[in-house]
Amino acid sequence: MANTTTTFEQPDALLRTQQALDAAPDVPGERLTLNMGPSHPSTHGVLRIVLELDGEVVTKAIPDIGYLHRGDEKIAENMTYNQFVPYTDRLDYLAPLANNVAYACAVEKLMGWDLPPRGQAIRVLCCELARISAHLLGFGAMAMDCGAMSVFLYTFTEREKLYNLFESLTGARFTTSYTRIGGMTRDLPPGWLDEVAAFIKQYKPQIEETDKLLTRNKIFIERSRDVGVITRADAISYGITGPNLRGSGVDYDVRKVRPYLGYENYDFDIPVGSVGDCYDRYLVRLEELRQSVRIIEQVLAKFPEGPIHVADTKNYLPKKQKVLTKMEELIHQFILVTEGLKAPPGEVYFGAENPKGELGFYIRSRGGGVPYRLKIRAPSFVNLSILDKLLPGCMMADVVAILGSIDFVMGECDR
Amino acid sequence: MVHGREIAYNSKVEGNIILANLDASINWMRTHSMWPMPMGLACCAIELMASGGARFDIARFGAEVMRFSPRQSDVLIVAGTVTYKMALATKRIYEQMPDPKWVIAMGACASSGGMYRSYAVLQGIDRILPVDVYISGCPPRPEALLEGLMRLQQKIMTEKSTTRQLVPEPALV
Amino acid sequence: MATTTEAIQSLQSAFAGKVGAAREFRGEHTLPVDREIIADVALHLRDKLGFDYLADICSVDNMGDEPRYEVVYEFAQMSAPHHLRIIAKVSEDEGSLPTISHVYATANWHEREIWDMMGIKFDNHPDLRRILMWEGYPYFPLQRDFPLEGKPSDTPGEAFTRIAPLEGGPFVTAPAEHNHDREPRARPPEPV
Repeated sequence: MANTTTTFEQPDALLRTQQALDAAPDVPGERLTLNMGPSHPSTHGVLRIVLELDGEVVTKAIPDIGYLHRGDEKIAENMTYNQFVPYTDRLDYLAPLANNVAYACAVEKLMGWDLPPRGQAIRVLCCELARISAHLLGFGAMAMDCGAMSVFLYTFTEREKLYNLFESLTGARFTTSYTRIGGMTRDLPPGWLDEVAAFIKQYKPQIEETDKLLTRNKIFIERSRDVGVITRADAISYGITGPNLRGSGVDYDVRKVRPYLGYENYDFDIPVGSVGDCYDRYLVRLEELRQSVRIIEQVLAKFPEGPIHVADTKNYLPKKQKVLTKMEELIHQFILVTEGLKAPPGEVYFGAENPKGELGFYIRSRGGGVPYRLKIRAPSFVNLSILDKLLPGCMMADVVAILGSIDFVMGECDR
Repeated sequence: MVHGREIAYNSKVEGNIILANLDASINWMRTHSMWPMPMGLACCAIELMASGGARFDIARFGAEVMRFSPRQSDVLIVAGTVTYKMALATKRIYEQMPDPKWVIAMGACASSGGMYRSYAVLQGIDRILPVDVYISGCPPRPEALLEGLMRLQQKIMTEKSTTRQLVPEPALV
Repeated sequence: MATTTEAIQSLQSAFAGKVGAAREFRGEHTLPVDREIIADVALHLRDKLGFDYLADICSVDNMGDEPRYEVVYEFAQMSAPHHLRIIAKVSEDEGSLPTISHVYATANWHEREIWDMMGIKFDNHPDLRRILMWEGYPYFPLQRDFPLEGKPSDTPGEAFTRIAPLEGGPFVTAPAEHNHDREPRARPPEPV
């Protein structure tokens, strides 16, 4: 007897539901309004979405943000440039080092400063380590939303190792406040670069482990493939940036298009997706981890010596030793701390490629140590604005997968 | 079993009986099975997650059962900045929790508004909720959260469990 | 794909008389335009000049000047480093300018935020509601005359606000003589 196989047709559930809906448009069913958040485990903070459901299909979604609006921009108008650095930690609190760097670069652009090579290399290192730590939590949480708890435990173990690195560098696990305008709070501690190299060495196999856990995982693929597709045109029109944009196939990366901190000297690729679904966004993040490792290895290979901050002695804090012995430095320190640095009048916009997308700072200065207006262009805010277009038509259970794949942080979204 | 043979003193049974004060035993049970409601609002939520991870392992204190429904939890851990927009939602979640219930204000923002002295931030959740334990830090390290949990355990042990006085909620100031 | 200088020339010839003189600072070009033509300018930038990416919209309150408000648009390109800043001035009496959310979908939320924070309206915006604060909050917090510590308000069932204790600045505290009274919680909020 010959073996025969039968192929069972399993049409897409969403399509099936849509067909059923189309076939019977006058079903006397009720639309159900479902409130999701602001306290909901898969909204990663305090996002609230008011969903309108027809059966299990979302027909309308109204995102409601602002539950973490803390008034950062108003606070910035009331303090000197350096005083605002700790607030940037708490924007995207998964990658505070990258925020510190972006903010410092923005004010340095206003001042017309360029960092010496060693300062730039330290900042690149910080940015890429921060990117790794943010993406680790990003898809750890996404996998947890899709039902795979174990990935989260694996990625958090790696994050703890990164926290150890950050702690020995800055003194804090993740509210680092490491940069100052024109430099860094302190140079690298002795032996820190070796620790980073050791971390990278043991971390590379860990990426592959995550890869094995998720990329070919049947359940994960079913939950994420062809779900929440953002088309290329939509992504550009909605101003989406970061891995979410690249997942839709646009190779926009600020590090390549408008290089800063000497990113043009490093060799790295920009991964792009082909479909723009949740699975593509996950793949892009996974590949960005490998690219970040690549950049870090290049930075470590030729780490420059020299000063870490700008040479402008009038506007950068002098060495403590000199403050305690020399009159002139003492006066400089006093003026700098009480009045802030002397920024010229003008306006700048600086965008940096953060883990979540382009973090931009628009600074309007009227001169003096306090910004007249400081606007934060938060990538999460912009990325979330597509939700009311993206969610309708999805199944209820897809909402958490989509939210997880967009990987937003409310601290940054609401500011 | 033959009738009447084991009516009197039974060493086997007595060996498994512990005589104790009812308060003490109920409190002992409560302290070791606190189910937190993780109210992760901002940065502190990351440290809250870290304390649930492998390195700090909140399960050692019987508090690893994170319930995202307030109706199933005993301890409200407010981790992060409570804005005015979020304030009444926080209060509503607290009110949905069944008694006995406790509140931990995790971090500077939840305790006092912290570094966010601005128009949008509630200056400490003790303006709307009765708080049992304040944890300092911005954000507190996971060890600090565990210390806070242990302090809460100590506090519960001193309570009159059978006649717990309901804490009057502060009026909106 | 036009470079920034080409884009400025193209805009100046297409909207002659309604575009001001361009200025440059730190390698960035800024072009003031009249507020009525902002939607046409956006369309022109997107379709004719290849500025497909609207990075940001910001609002500035120049209190004491006339016109009082400025709305700042950051146009950029996804494939090239060109960047152009367009500024439209809005006076307090007019208080509105045309929306560009039909040109760039991302403008929708940015414009809602500006309405919420600064109180500038956008004509023909599809959904001009508050976004960060709640419906019923009576103030616009980013206006220069709004104090950082806030003003008391009450929206029953939704939210309330009180005055934050500032003592002169976000980090400034009173001298340490009355340590007890210094504790912000111990003080009742000041009457309005």
